[in-house]
Amino acid sequence: MLADFNFRVIFEYLPLFLTGLRATFLISIVSIALALCTGIIACACRISPARVLKYPAIAYIEIIRSTPLLVQIYFLYFGLPTLGVRIPEIQTGILALMLNSGAYIAEIIRAGINSVDEGQLEAGISSGLNYVQRMRFIILPQALGVTIPPLLGQAIVLVKDSALLSLISVAELTRSGQLMTSERFMPTEAFFTVAFFYMCIYFVLKALAEWSQKKLIFREAY
Amino acid sequence: MMAFYFSRLMEIFPFFLKGLWMTVQIAFISLFTCTVLGFFLGIFRSGQNRFLKWFIGVYVSFVRGTPFVVQVFIIFFILPEWGIQLEAFPAALLAMAIMGSAFICEIVAGGISSIPKGQWEAAASSGLTMTQQLRLVILPQAMKVILPPLVGQYVLLIKDTSVVSVIGVMELTRVGWVTVVRIPEGLMVFSLVGILYFVISYPLILLSNYLERRMAV
Repeated sequence: MLADFNFRVIFEYLPLFLTGLRATFLISIVSIALALCTGIIACACRISPARVLKYPAIAYIEIIRSTPLLVQIYFLYFGLPTLGVRIPEIQTGILALMLNSGAYIAEIIRAGINSVDEGQLEAGISSGLNYVQRMRFIILPQALGVTIPPLLGQAIVLVKDSALLSLISVAELTRSGQLMTSERFMPTEAFFTVAFFYMCIYFVLKALAEWSQKKLIFREAY
Repeated sequence: MMAFYFSRLMEIFPFFLKGLWMTVQIAFISLFTCTVLGFFLGIFRSGQNRFLKWFIGVYVSFVRGTPFVVQVFIIFFILPEWGIQLEAFPAALLAMAIMGSAFICEIVAGGISSIPKGQWEAAASSGLTMTQQLRLVILPQAMKVILPPLVGQYVLLIKDTSVVSVIGVMELTRVGWVTVVRIPEGLMVFSLVGILYFVISYPLILLSNYLERRMAV
């Protein structure tokens, strides 16, 4: 089975895999940063009492959560040109990842804010803090601790989701595997190498998530 | 032009329904197999056998650490190299079963480990066998912890069935992909695909929200 696993070819194709890995890195980092911004804005709209903000935010979050990412990617990839918007595939992909993860991040942040006890808010009000001060000094510092582990979980999901961009021919890690398969027809070597690189990213992020979780428990006990 | 494409799209709507039916079939079969496999794996994961625990742990990390597309490619391209010929549909089901059961395994193991040790001891000292302890004492209590994330996972699994379109299974996403070549209105075609996914996954999202509220202690 794996007896004739050809390492030589893998080494030959290593530069291709490394460029793919770099692209996956860049795409993930840019998308997670943008998704964080989207998520914060969407969450702020979601919890705001103003209906014009609240209902569009709910619609956005629910639509994203109930349709597959691949459909969202294709929607933008095939849909944007019909609107006259022509951008490179990689930007379409980042846009899709941003919108997708943004909705999940909005829900994570909302859960974090909801996890802060009502009494804390009341204590803030009776200390004479205004809305911004209450958010700044009471709600957010506590909510942030709760949200960081699931946010890292979402980062793991996003890195894995970025593999779907290979289907709109963005040259990232999975695409490198596909290219090598089509050139050499060695799918075993190609896709196990791809899987190996993803596993590396996964273990680093997972260790980070577990570490932050430990920190969080410490904070709660404190 | 829009109106013309719209009427064309309505003409081939039955094609979309066929795709939807395929998606529902894949989703239903894989939800079932994933649940059964996931529960077995989860129970062994939280059991006593060290080797089995380690083995399941490796399996779960491999599945959770790699993208589902890569897993689908591995199954679809690599099994033939090893002399196992699979059609696209069974390959899709296999990929879904492998992926889903690993995620459900983690949920089940988490639920079982949330039950205090005293419950096991009490059940054992009542003279129940291992299977009885699990079936009568531990699992009914663990279900409260397991159920909300399990339904959430079902939603994710239904959405993940879209990925098997890459190996040519004629399900909803693939139908959209094929259609958009003939009707170049990406927004319209994939809105329709999105609406059809929404129809099957939104009720489950509502159920999962409801369970989360009800099971919250």
